[in-house]
Amino acid sequence: MLIGNLPFDTSFFWHELLRPSSAFLGGLWRTVYISVIAQILAVIIGLLVALARRSRIRLLRGVAGFYVWVLRGTPLLVQLVIVYDGLAASGLYRFQDMNLLGVTLLASVQAAIVTLALNESAYMSEIIRAGLTAVDAGQNEAALSVGMTPGQSMRHVIIPQAMRFVIPPLGNDFNAMMKSTSVLSVIGVPEMFLITQEISSSTFRTFEIFVDAALYYLALTTIWTFIQAWLEARIDRSWGFVPTQRSLLSTVRERFQDPRTLGLSRRT
Amino acid sequence: MTTLPTPSSASDGETPAMIVQAIDIKKSFGSQEVLKGVSLEVRRGEVVVLIGPSGSGKTTFLRCINHFEKPNSGAVHVNGHLIGSKLDRNGERKDASAREVAGQRAEIGFVFQHFNLFPNRTAIENVMLGPMKVQKKSKEAARALAIEQLTKVGLSNKVDAYPAQLSGGQKQRVAIARSLAMNPALMLFDEPTSALDPEVIGEVLTVIRDLANEGMTMIIVSHEIGFAREVADRVAMFDDGQIVEIGLPQQVFDSPVQARTQAFLSKVL
Repeated sequence: MLIGNLPFDTSFFWHELLRPSSAFLGGLWRTVYISVIAQILAVIIGLLVALARRSRIRLLRGVAGFYVWVLRGTPLLVQLVIVYDGLAASGLYRFQDMNLLGVTLLASVQAAIVTLALNESAYMSEIIRAGLTAVDAGQNEAALSVGMTPGQSMRHVIIPQAMRFVIPPLGNDFNAMMKSTSVLSVIGVPEMFLITQEISSSTFRTFEIFVDAALYYLALTTIWTFIQAWLEARIDRSWGFVPTQRSLLSTVRERFQDPRTLGLSRRT
Repeated sequence: MTTLPTPSSASDGETPAMIVQAIDIKKSFGSQEVLKGVSLEVRRGEVVVLIGPSGSGKTTFLRCINHFEKPNSGAVHVNGHLIGSKLDRNGERKDASAREVAGQRAEIGFVFQHFNLFPNRTAIENVMLGPMKVQKKSKEAARALAIEQLTKVGLSNKVDAYPAQLSGGQKQRVAIARSLAMNPALMLFDEPTSALDPEVIGEVLTVIRDLANEGMTMIIVSHEIGFAREVADRVAMFDDGQIVEIGLPQQVFDSPVQARTQAFLSKVL
């Protein structure tokens, strides 16, 4: 088959798509677990930063505001190089391969998780802060009226309700984060993009293998779309909203019509 | 069955029969003085209804009693506690910690105009939360207590309903049950029927009336004059940040002394 003047190796394309090499699968797996671990850490750090930004203590608010300002104001790529290469070059900290429960965690993977988590936590803190603010002030008063402390009110009343406002933009961010993992190749993390590059340079089948990679990224974000739809429906049910009977397909179709799913409102 | 903490534990020396003593409460929002020195004493078991035009300070005064608002000056004693404050070793008044204020509030029920039920929790979960998290009751004990309180407000058949599935009147009754589950010494009602459809106001008023008959001490901000006449031991007329007239309902409603009370009543009756 020919596209323009380029020979398109159809059998190579299908073979790599349907029976990918173990190296490619390894890269895919790293992309997934780095994204998931970084996102979980980002939610935890983001919650703490969001609470700090609402604190009565001015210093805490200032520090948290500075944190968000710096991490959102600088490119992820630059942050990665600073954390991995910069810290090592300056002698401050050098990431080392480590053995965690029998699994070797590469130095570059550790740096990637740390950097992605920190970068994402700045965005998460803003999303969580907006979610906390969206909970009606009367909810806090109701909690206080039965004798809860402000901390108990936050934990038992406000945060659970904020979840409902947080999940949609969080899902949007996680979608973007999975794609952002492709920049990890610059510090040598053997994730899907780097492995694809390697296959490309050893086979010269650049077009075929990158289209394969694109389809795998698309599959990841699509699966996440389903998980997010399920999560949102679950939260709605836990608020006593009777879900209208609709097919999963229509839910997903609706989601794809939302420009956020396509990553249009996203940082670079 | 309501065991009330004895006010003899009070370090302030007020008469035990007085469950609420508000003394010269002043409160400003910015340059706007909303309360210009309001004093009110409420005996145990007494029902006091606060009436008056909107903006006259009724709600703000109610919110000062459980420290939702911090007065600029004056003192509120409830059940022997100086609300929002504590006395240090030298008898000097200091701000209470958030935890201490929470402990004081646990004895004061508050019913909101807009219910403020927790929308992500069922009726019974709404009622159970305080006893479990504040009084550290077991889940089983809290559940039994919640069923008892929901039955009392006539909602034993809505135990597992979410707020979104309840009518306004039912929501407000759940909110009352939620407050009652904490076994409060005092109940505060902030316009409990103002957000309700006319046909469900009666069911909420019935619950409040039953509480009055059981001897619950209550302060109620209300525009329901007929209800106030029936349930109140005393009626306090607010205007422009002050109590301008206070007395038995028949006095205040039938032969008000103050011109402002007469003018207000002529509009609402």
